[in-house]
Formats: sequence, C-alpha cells, structure tokens
Amino acid sequence: MPLYLTDDQAMLRDTAREFMAAEGSIAKQYRKYRDMNCKDGFGHALWKQFGEMGFTGILIDEADGGLGLGHVEAGIVLEEIGRNLTPSPFLVTAVAVVEALRGTRHGERWYPGILAGETVAALAVDEGSKHRPEAIAMTAERSGNGFRLSGRKQFVVQGASADVFVVAADTTDGLTLFSVEKGTKGLEIEGVRLADASIGARLEFDRVEVDADAVIGEVGRGRDVLRRVLNAGRAGAASELVGVGSQAMAMTVDYLKQRKQFGRLIGEFQALQHRAAHLYSELEIARAATLKAQQLLSEDAEEADMMVSVAKAKSGQASALAVQEGVQMHGGIGMTDEYDIGLYMKRDRVLNELFGDASYHADKVARLNGY
Amino acid sequence: MADLETFRREARAWLEANCPAEMREPVRDESDYCWGGRNPLFKSDAQKAWMERMAARGWTVPDWPREYGGGGLSPAETKVLRQEMAAAGARNPLMSFGISMLGPALLKYGTEAQKKRFLPEIARGEIRWCQGYSEPNAGSDLASVATKCEDRGDHWLVNGQKVWTSYADKADWIFCLVRTDPEAPKHKGISFILFDMRTPGVSTKPILLISGNSPFCETFFDDVKVPKDQVVGEVNKGWDVAKYLLGHEREMISGMGLGGTGESLGAALAERLKDDPILRADVARFDVDAMAFRAMSERFIDELKAGRAHPAQPSIMKYAGTELNKARHELIMAAGGSGALEWESERSKGGKAPREWLRTKANSIEGGTSEIQLGIVAKHILELPGT
Ligand SMILES: Cc1cc2nc3c(=O)[nH]c(=O)nc-3n(C[C@H](O)[C@H](O)[C@H](O)COP(=O)(O)OP(=O)(O)OC[C@H]3O[C@@H](n4cnc5c(N)ncnc54)[C@H](O)[C@@H]3O)c2cc1C
Repeated sequence: MPLYLTDDQAMLRDTAREFMAAEGSIAKQYRKYRDMNCKDGFGHALWKQFGEMGFTGILIDEADGGLGLGHVEAGIVLEEIGRNLTPSPFLVTAVAVVEALRGTRHGERWYPGILAGETVAALAVDEGSKHRPEAIAMTAERSGNGFRLSGRKQFVVQGASADVFVVAADTTDGLTLFSVEKGTKGLEIEGVRLADASIGARLEFDRVEVDADAVIGEVGRGRDVLRRVLNAGRAGAASELVGVGSQAMAMTVDYLKQRKQFGRLIGEFQALQHRAAHLYSELEIARAATLKAQQLLSEDAEEADMMVSVAKAKSGQASALAVQEGVQMHGGIGMTDEYDIGLYMKRDRVLNELFGDASYHADKVARLNGY
Repeated sequence: MADLETFRREARAWLEANCPAEMREPVRDESDYCWGGRNPLFKSDAQKAWMERMAARGWTVPDWPREYGGGGLSPAETKVLRQEMAAAGARNPLMSFGISMLGPALLKYGTEAQKKRFLPEIARGEIRWCQGYSEPNAGSDLASVATKCEDRGDHWLVNGQKVWTSYADKADWIFCLVRTDPEAPKHKGISFILFDMRTPGVSTKPILLISGNSPFCETFFDDVKVPKDQVVGEVNKGWDVAKYLLGHEREMISGMGLGGTGESLGAALAERLKDDPILRADVARFDVDAMAFRAMSERFIDELKAGRAHPAQPSIMKYAGTELNKARHELIMAAGGSGALEWESERSKGGKAPREWLRTKANSIEGGTSEIQLGIVAKHILELPGT
C-alpha cells in the first residue's frame, strides 16, 4: 500500500475538514463549552451530528451497522478534530472502546448508541499520574458468580458523562477487562477539569459488584485486548496531535506573513524562517509515521506495536514543538486567552500525556528492540 | 495486484540464485562499494559478478526504460524489487553519481542522441562521473558560478576552476555548470555541459579531509575544448537542469538518514547501553526519530513515483535525513567511548568509527547546506516573504 491517502480517504478528509471547521470550530465548541463551565466538557448535539455523518461507525463492522473502515480513516477524522480543538468523545468512545468491544456481546449492547452519537463510553486504565498499564493495581475478586472491583482510576477522559466504562483490573490469573455501567453501586465518579478544559474523571471503585457477563473477552486474558485498545487509542491520539501541531503551525506561519516589526514582516527574518521550516519538517515526519502506524494496525501487522509507539512519541514531540514555537513567535499576543494559539498549547499537553508520553513510548521502542 | 505478487516471487528467486553470499554481508566501509568506471576497481570476483548480473537485467536502474539500459519496471515493481533486495540483504550493486544524479537529468533534459549515448553506459557502470558545481566563490550561492565557457564556432572553450569535486581524480567524465553568458542575470547565463576528464587542459588536485581521506579535489580547466553536442538542455538555461539534478542529489543524500540496514541503533549498541540509562534514553529517542524518518522516506518515494511530491520536498528529506545521520554517529561515538577514539589500530578496524563520524559532518554541507534547505522550505513550501 502506498504511504499516502487513497482517493476515497482524501474524500473523507475533505468532508471531515469541512464539517469540523464549520460545526466543530473553536468558537462554536471549545470556547462555548468551556465558558459555560459545562460539566461534560463537550456538546452532545455535536456528538449526534458525528453519528449522522457516519464518523462514529468508522471502526464498527458493516455487519454491526458501521462503515467497516480502518485506523487510517479514524485518524483522518481525528486530525481534523485536532486542528479545531473540537471537544468530542470520538477518540475514546468511537476508537478505543469500539475496539475493546469488537466481537463481544457488549458490542451488540453499546454499538447502536455509539453509532447514533448518543452513547458515551470511557476507558479506565490509568491509576497514577503517569500511564503505566503494565502495572495495574485495581483488583477484581471473584464473588458469587461475578466479581468485586476495588481500586481507583484517574485521567478517565469523558468519565463524567460516560454511560459505560471499560475497566482494566487484576484478576490474579492475569488482567481482565470489564464493562461497568454508570450508576453501578459503589462506583463514585468525580469530574475533574483539566488544563485544556476537557474533563478527565477520577473513579473510585469501592467493592463494586458486577456479574460474570461484565467480563469483556476472557477472564485473565485482558492484556491482549488492552494492547489492541491502547494501540487504537495511541494511533488516534497521534493523529489528533498531528492536527493540533499542524494548525498551530498554520496560524504561526500566517502570523509571520502579517506582523510587521522594524519596518518589515517578521517572516522575512531568517532566524524565524528556519525555525518554521524545521517545524514543518518535523510535523511531516510525524504525519508519515502516524499514517504508517495506522496502515500497519489496519493490516494487523506484527510491526504495528513498534510503529504505534514511534508515531505517538514522534507526533507528541512535533506537536509540542509546534505549539511552543507558535506561542513564542506570536509574542505577547500568544499569551492571551483571547487569541487561540495558547489553547493549542494546552490541548497538546493533555494529548501528549494521554496513553503514554514520548518518554514512555521511546522506552517501549527500546524494549521492543531488545535494549 | 496478482501480477505484482508474481513479480515478487520471481525477483526473490532471481536474487536468491544470483546474489553472491558475499554481497549479502553488511557493508563494512567505503571500499565495499563498487563505483564502476573505465578502470573499475573490484574488491572481489563476487562484487564484479553481482554488478554485471544486475546490469544485464537492467536492475542497476530498475525504473529506467529498457532502451536506455534500464529494467523498465513500474514504480510499484521497483518498490517490490527494493523490498526484496533489502529482505535478502543484497548490497547496492553500483554506487554512481551517474545513476543518482546525471541519469535523471538526462532522461528529462537530454536529446535522444545524448540519452542513447550516455544512459546505457551509466546503467552498466562503465563510466564514472563527477559533479563540477562548486567553485571557490560559488558554494551556497551556486548560481554565481564563473567558470567561463565560450562558443568557438565548432567547439566550446572552457576555462576556470571547480572545488570540492568529489572523486574528480577517479572520474572518467564530469557534468559541469559553466557560464555561457556573462552579461545575463546570474541564473540566466549558465549552461550544463559534459566532458571527458581526459580532455587536454583538465587537471585535478586532491584535498585532504578531517577524516583523513581525500575524496575531493580542486579541478582546473585550462583551454578545455568540448564538442558542441555536449551541452544538456538549452544553452543559458542550464540552471533548470542543475536544480533538477540537485533535487535528485538531495534525495540520494537524505537516504543516509536511513543508516543502511535499518536495524535499530539501540539494538546494535545494546551491550553498551545496559549500564548507562541516560545514553539508553538518548538512543531510544534517536530510534524513534529514525523509524519515523524511515516512514517519511517511504512516503516521499511513494509520492515522488506517483507525481504527488512537492518540488521542494527533497529539501525536507535532505535536511532531516542528514541531521539524523549526524546524530546517529554522535551516539555511536558516545557509546564507543575511548575505544571509538582509536584512529589507527587493529581493533578499531583502522578507525572506522571516528572516520565515519567525521564524514557524516559533511552530510549537512554537501549538496546544499541545512541552512539552504531550510531557506527553500521556508520560501517554496511555507511561502514566507523574501528579504
Ligand atoms: C563531502 C562533500 C562533498 C562534496 N562534493 C561536491 C561535488 O562533488 N561537487 C561539487 O560541485 N561540490 C561538492 N561539494 C561542495 C558543496 O556543495 C558545498 O560545500 C556547499 O554547497 C556549501 O558551499 P561552501 O562550502 O562554499 O559554503 P558557503 O556557501 O561559504 O557557506 C558557509 C556557511 O554559510 C551558510 N550560508 C551561506 N549562505 C547562506 C544563506 N543565504 N543563509 C544562511 N546561511 C547561509 C552556510 O549554510 C554555511 O553554514 C561537496 C561538499 C562536501 C562537504
């Protein structure tokens, strides 16, 4: 497969680009929900529109009512989400959780709501301040014909408005994933507003009883599903980061062409030109790595794990460079809330942390390479 | 795509049968490359056989037309062949400025007679070419070349000096930028000319580098007579040819960013990284960059073959690839410690590590410096205003 978008994919990109710029724009979504101090952090009406556009079904098989497309297509939508800082449950619900529920009865239960843009689902993996899915402490003890879950989760994106959680817990024989509905007794949810105005909940499981049906896949065999889920989420986050970085760069390059100091456009200064060109080159490399990771994921190729980590690390670094250079090259105005560039800096920071930061993934690349 | 699978199987079988085991060993140093030429230096019979077998199939230049000595393969087939060569660990059969630089320029700008005359020789590795671009006062500002080329009716007369001409002393022919109209604005008075290095009046003098090698020369032209039909493209419009060729040169140099086999640097240095967590972290970050760049290279080649690449894209590749290659060798030196400092010793294979490290420092200078590449990206891709 050539490493660029096919005609169909380019068409999807154009559609998503137009839609997100019109409906998901910063003024209409990000600022609106932030400024009203919305407890969900996003608009449900837009989520419904995602459903009408078919975006929510990109990764759902045709037999289950979805479009049966792949990770490249999901990434295309996420890049546009990133460009517009569109607050939406798309990444976690329609990419990560959809992957978790694939081929299970839970899929039958939740896919229709997800397809319609009505259901919000969240992923409860992280327990400490850093992403360490290798060391999950939450326990699930057998109890009657079911399990009893105890422990804490944090950084549960959209957790405050989720109808259902995919929860990773230790069942002594291994890791098991559970589907836990909102309102289950003993589950406490505290919505936390993050630096970028999105909501990342803390969850407290105080001996939460679930029956055996809550298990996703097989007991003790959750590692493999979690790997798939995280790969999907990480590749998706990489695309969103590429979108965040690309738009921050586009705004900066525009600014360089407008702002005058010393009687000339600041874009004429070579020191700034070279930094902008370096930034462009880093973002293009991140974009290629991300597309490669998504192609490999869709082919279910062996090298996918490695390339996903490369993509998440590289796009995180490139996007961080883009927002930092963006704010710097905007000068004082870059520090104001009124001007959008600073919002990109906040979103980048959150996305960089989500599903493992660049150091986590560089370490993973090292391990996969045997050192 | 069934055809492509058939092609893959055939290519694999052919490589299996024809690529000598010795030519599947990783390249150890520069002397492992075969450069061809009038008086070719083969390191072994296997190297000679490998070059000749590949040339006979047109696979030294798989995507050139058959009538010019190429393999006539489609872009997709070429990609498959490269993948199969990589999978077999097969070495590049022929290093050649003719293949990576002059050939593409001739294919685009040459007359039919020039293509018929020069391309098959290049494909078979019979003539070794050198590049006469830089002059003492024309490096980054290449369009200010001053080497004089006068129309003397039945021939051209060339006088002047080139510098940094890599392997000029070993080359058979030179492709050269010369000034044919001194009155015109600098980009408009340049022509692109080819001639035999044995022509009377051509002389070369090697320049020693910090790596201890001397691949470059000063090259002098003193009343060199060149036949009229050896200008490529239109007279005074050589800058177009020069730029097109530079795009290919940059693409070739950016390939160095891939560092040969594509094996992870950390895997190669694993033993040394065990007790050095900070170095391990640096190498891990490097491996991320290197693998991401590998994807970028694949995308670039795919876009190029499909005619979708921006004309300034080779500048990104050249910039990113060469900076990466320098970083790779910094890390190799750091991991090697004092052992990597040995310049002459048995164990260090004659100072392979420090010599290669020094060589890579030229990557971001040759073929246009990193500053020049960034300037091109800023101007032609980001469309930032000029000064
Ligand atoms: C290993 C090697 C092999 C080579 N092989 C060949 C060959 O085969 N044939 C050939 O013709 N040439 C060859 N060259 C020459 C090479 O192309 C030139 O060295 C190169 O283009 C730089 O020119 P210069 O050395 O004159 O440096 P200068 O142009 O003098 O540059 C000096 C410094 O100034 C910076 N600079 C210059 N202009 C600008 C600007 N506008 N903005 C910002 N910074 C600027 C440069 O980036 C550099 O850092 C080779 C060079 C090397 C190192």
